[in-house]
Amino acid sequence: MAAGVRSPAIAQGAPVRVGQLTIKSGPLAQGGLLIEQGLATFLKDSGSTIGGRKVEIVVADTGGSPAGARSKVQELVEREKVDLIIGPITATEMLAISDYIRRAQIPIINLGGAEDLTQRHANPWMIRNVCSSGQASHAMGDFARKELGHNRVATISDDFAFGHEQVAGFQRVFEDEGGKVVRKLWPPLITPDYTPYIAQIQNVDATFMGFTGSNPVKFMRAYAELGVKKTIPLVGGWTTGDDALLKSLGDEAVGLHSASIYAATLQTDSNKRFVAAMLKDYDNVPGEYAAWAYVTGLCLDAALRTTGGDVSDKKKLMEALRGIALRDTPCGTFHFDKYGNIVGDIFIKRIDRKDGKLSNTIVKTYPEVSQFWTYPEEAFLAQPVYSRDFPPAKNLEN
Amino acid sequence: MWFILTINSVTLGGLLFLLSAGFSLIFGLMRIPNLTHGSFFMLGGYLGVTLIRFGLNFWIAAILTALIMAAIGVTVERLLLRPLGGNAMQQVLLTLGLSFIIADLSLMIWTGDPVRVPTPPGLEGTASLFALQFPLYRLAVVGIAVIIAVGLWLMIERTRLGAMIRAGVDDAPMARVVGIRVSALFSVVFALGAALAGFAGLMAGPYLSIYPGLDSEMLPLALIVVILGGTNSLLGALVGSFIIGFLFNFGQVLFPNLAYVILFLPMLVILMFRPQGLFGRLT
Repeated sequence: MAAGVRSPAIAQGAPVRVGQLTIKSGPLAQGGLLIEQGLATFLKDSGSTIGGRKVEIVVADTGGSPAGARSKVQELVEREKVDLIIGPITATEMLAISDYIRRAQIPIINLGGAEDLTQRHANPWMIRNVCSSGQASHAMGDFARKELGHNRVATISDDFAFGHEQVAGFQRVFEDEGGKVVRKLWPPLITPDYTPYIAQIQNVDATFMGFTGSNPVKFMRAYAELGVKKTIPLVGGWTTGDDALLKSLGDEAVGLHSASIYAATLQTDSNKRFVAAMLKDYDNVPGEYAAWAYVTGLCLDAALRTTGGDVSDKKKLMEALRGIALRDTPCGTFHFDKYGNIVGDIFIKRIDRKDGKLSNTIVKTYPEVSQFWTYPEEAFLAQPVYSRDFPPAKNLEN
Repeated sequence: MWFILTINSVTLGGLLFLLSAGFSLIFGLMRIPNLTHGSFFMLGGYLGVTLIRFGLNFWIAAILTALIMAAIGVTVERLLLRPLGGNAMQQVLLTLGLSFIIADLSLMIWTGDPVRVPTPPGLEGTASLFALQFPLYRLAVVGIAVIIAVGLWLMIERTRLGAMIRAGVDDAPMARVVGIRVSALFSVVFALGAALAGFAGLMAGPYLSIYPGLDSEMLPLALIVVILGGTNSLLGALVGSFIIGFLFNFGQVLFPNLAYVILFLPMLVILMFRPQGLFGRLT
């Protein structure tokens, strides 16, 4: 029924219809709001065109649930006849619609981090223009070992796939370079108070955290108040030091190193323009969500320039998307690997207080980082996907 | 480590008591689990922090928050619950629906960014004992919880209003017969419950922050405390809070893979063998 659905031939001059899967209500709605702002900023910049054609965004609210995403994507494709799709926000939603996307053969630009979306179960119709879960934390593993000189670390992360994969990536690189992960803590996603976990962090050089949502805010405050921050510094994944989160943080976050594909302080022309516009229109320093939306706009624009504005041939459109190589974007330079995952700059950022406000300083840039880090692709893919127990932690102590 | 866990168990217990005391009172008198309770908690946090941003002192903001929440509580009881005339199922569904509305309204007003609540001046530091450090503010929360517990106990046990509430809890129709306006008590208790929840929300702010989803994180905690302690007993809420405080802290360290099981298992056992809860009475 769904297979082979094609958009009708669109008369020249008709707008390109982009379906957007987003979240407008519930605890995850903040991501949706930031994406909306980033996308609006792009459309304002480009005069609501991509690749010279007018664009129309058809928004569908999934509510953040996999079932919601599944029914909304079908609605976008079959009833709204969209030409391609951007979103959904979470990896669980993307996993739920991946098969449908394959059957409907419709290009999708996604930001879900789950490793296997571009590895063992790569979807030929998808590109992911943000990091896989482990991609940035690979870099953090290297940085914590080589630049910060840590030998022994504890890790703490939300007990779900995104948390597991981030810690796995960090641990793999950190241990391969001679460090030791001596304790791994997994608080449930909903943990009102992190004190019982923080009390177990001792006798290490640093703590790596992979929290997401509002959890980094809670964790860092407790970590500082219990006096642990003074002796055991924190490093983290992109969701812990995201620029959009800074306004919710205070002195407890100063000194945090985090690894991310986006930094609001990156001095590319497009990023300076983007940050200025976000500040002017929304009084928001953009973080990775808003940046994703803006960069997605740039990707669409580049792909349509390649196809000469044609979106009717989905195969050609997909090839064009995968062939994108951009230099001046808010995320720096990037292109895609053959699995559709981004290969680009990873920034190590440090939170400082400047003129009374928190901001991220880029302390190191890892150029052209792939999802496989420096590991050979085949060997990487022959191993199990990152999880709570893989790679195995050989150096745990009690 | 064990020392920190012990102190933290007590401080978490104090916070849980502030959260669940009102829930327990409402459950006891009105016989409905108020599923808006977590939303009142979150709303109190947001209102409080908004007042603080207007330049109010933390404690004044806390008292004002409690008053505003009491007003909201009365309004909800009078305008929404009252017309359902004691139909428990409809009332519970209504409180559930209301919680969704409050969640989305909060999202519109305060956006989804976690809101940082400043620690009240004078309590920012840490208390040091031996080589250990513990945030002063959390100890203050225990003190506040104790004061509120004593206040509530005096009100329930020593005042005329308290006697009427007890009578209403024990046997509402009979209380009516002897001339107690039970329906007015409903409003009072609902307002008190909302005020306590909102107050607790702001008290929790300096260490939990306020964010969307906080409502649905706190509601189950209030539920397990009250089911464990007994549904119509303030003492039960108090003891239940501290039991959960200890279970949460020690359970997460000793049985890290069973963090949630540890919290809910006692509730299950209690329900099987003593359905009225540790301190509840069968009515």
